[in-house]
Amino acid sequence: MTQPVSPPLDSSTDKVPEARPPAWRGLLFRADVRTLSLLGVLAVLILIGGVTKPDEFLDTRNLQLVLTQASVIGVVTVGMTFVIVSGGIDLSVGAIVALASVWATTVATQEYGFAGILFTAVIVGVGCGLVNGVLIAYGAMVPFIATLAMLASARGLALQITDGKTQIVTVPSVLDLGERDAYVLGIPPLVMVFAVVTVIGWLVLNRTTFGRRTVAVGGNPEAARLAGIDVRRQRLYLYLLSGLCCGIAAFLLIVLAGSGQNTNGNLYELDAIAAAIIGGTLLTGGRGTIVGSVLGVLIFTTITNIFALNNLQSDVQQIAKGAIIVAAVLVQRRTASTT
Amino acid sequence: MPEHMPFASRRGLLFGAAAVSAGAVLTACTSNEPSDSKDEPAGNNQPAADDKPGKQVTIGFAGPQADHGWLNAINDNAKSRAEKYSDVTLEITEGSNDTAQQIGQIETLINKKVDVLVVLPADGKALTQVGLKAMRAGIPVVNLDRIFNTPQAYRCWIGGDNYGMGLNAGHYIGEKLKGKSGARVIELAGLDNLELTKQRTQGFDDALKNYPNIKKVARQAAEFTVESGQAKMAQLLQAQSKFDALWNHDDDQGVGALRAIEQAGRDDFLMVGGAGALSAFQAIKQDDGVLKATVLYPPTMAASAIDLARALGQSKGIGGLAEFEIPSSLTLYSAVVDKTNVDQYMSTGFK
Repeated sequence: MTQPVSPPLDSSTDKVPEARPPAWRGLLFRADVRTLSLLGVLAVLILIGGVTKPDEFLDTRNLQLVLTQASVIGVVTVGMTFVIVSGGIDLSVGAIVALASVWATTVATQEYGFAGILFTAVIVGVGCGLVNGVLIAYGAMVPFIATLAMLASARGLALQITDGKTQIVTVPSVLDLGERDAYVLGIPPLVMVFAVVTVIGWLVLNRTTFGRRTVAVGGNPEAARLAGIDVRRQRLYLYLLSGLCCGIAAFLLIVLAGSGQNTNGNLYELDAIAAAIIGGTLLTGGRGTIVGSVLGVLIFTTITNIFALNNLQSDVQQIAKGAIIVAAVLVQRRTASTT
Repeated sequence: MPEHMPFASRRGLLFGAAAVSAGAVLTACTSNEPSDSKDEPAGNNQPAADDKPGKQVTIGFAGPQADHGWLNAINDNAKSRAEKYSDVTLEITEGSNDTAQQIGQIETLINKKVDVLVVLPADGKALTQVGLKAMRAGIPVVNLDRIFNTPQAYRCWIGGDNYGMGLNAGHYIGEKLKGKSGARVIELAGLDNLELTKQRTQGFDDALKNYPNIKKVARQAAEFTVESGQAKMAQLLQAQSKFDALWNHDDDQGVGALRAIEQAGRDDFLMVGGAGALSAFQAIKQDDGVLKATVLYPPTMAASAIDLARALGQSKGIGGLAEFEIPSSLTLYSAVVDKTNVDQYMSTGFK
């Protein structure tokens, strides 16, 4: 069997290993158009919110609320974007958040205070990511299957730890972080963490060799391998990264909800994938932006907020959410193809 | 694929070892046992219908997976009640939310020829057939809470009153806000996919109709989880800058709702919970927050179901009633627990 021949590419250049190298500039430009169209969708939503509920929606407290609610799922989505850009998928994010949040809030862990809770949440997240990564990269398992297995076992372990009980956090320093007094210049600490994760994620994906390798692996793994990229190790790191994001998100959720519960992170995998997709990340890999994903998260959170402020019930909310996903993707595709 | 790569590099091994040892440290952290507290099973303080030992009865118990505080309390109540009786042997199955699996478990109990069955179905309608099968095999069935499709499938049904929960919550709030004109009330409901949520809301609305000065201005549905309770409550608080009372359907999601209330720095209203969690009872007793009462959906019903099953097995009636037979249906009262009577209920609170 002969290997398909691809031109050897130097991984230190900006080129993605695709058949048409000049496409890179086009991609950059189109990504910008995509971002603009997402901003347009967000602007329309803000207009709707402002018209229907001017007093409650256009309010500093509401802005703080929307951004806080977006923080937990936002951090998860940043990790998910990396995985999807590399051509993979991580179905276990919600379950990892659940496991990390209950492991970090057991009576035994809480004895170690703030540091113990933070450390446990992050390490459990990274540990689950490590297992995912090893299974996928070195066990040659399909990401869908490996992370589905992790979803099941992590949820099971979370249930075993909690025994179905709600674990209330009693460590004051953790609880205080979610209070209004902890806001710095009006910015909640959770939102700051979200912002920092977003900026780091953007830098890593766009300005580092690691980011270029991720795109290369997603675009064409065989070409990436021929170009000298250790594809397996790259995949391992990416699932580790997703696990790390889940660990951070779990800590944020503990601060936000003041507790750990095995039902935490319910359906996060779908929310994160949906946000990344409407943000312009290709499910087949090779393309995606952190800015788009974060805008996707903000669009979803804003929709939920507007519905709640207008006292619309969950049935209407779900129908409208589905319609808006379709609309957002169609609008994007149109604007992207006409330029 | 002729891809030659060492399975693990030395650095990888080192890293792996570090990860494993971190894991070992962490496993010590999964314990949830406080150093010196023994979980007192709830429902042990009430007198049993008839404490005198009688004929030996084997009771088969099948319930759903205990992934929620209330369901966990159901299992605990059943077990501890059965242990109280020297003449009762309890055959308890591993809880399952899978209908097929639960049917299989109940069929196993039928084949074992237990004397009486207590079944809390994961889905009442879906398990009707197996209830019928047990009854036809001559095994009386005590149907716990989630009701079968037909009365032929059980000898006795015992369960909570969702409509009554809403009704009592509405009346409690109505009385508290009596004389206040233009009073505003909001509702944080449970999972909207469930019929019981609709019943609770219906009861609440019906009760409020008795108080023309009160208007329900908003309702949002959470998902019985702390996370959803926090998220939905935060939105409700933003939407309603001023209201007088809140009814929250479920104390588990109430943990999140209270967190959101605390984060928003609001204390200008009265809150009533639902179900009867220990954390809610404690907050009511302390009386330093907005939570002033909770409406019960008592998990002690599992203990009562064991009592009924024992009475059925021994062909007795229940004390306090003139009939020779136990009733075919028992709807439990959704009592309102507030500061005045919370001590009495404290031991029944679930975590």
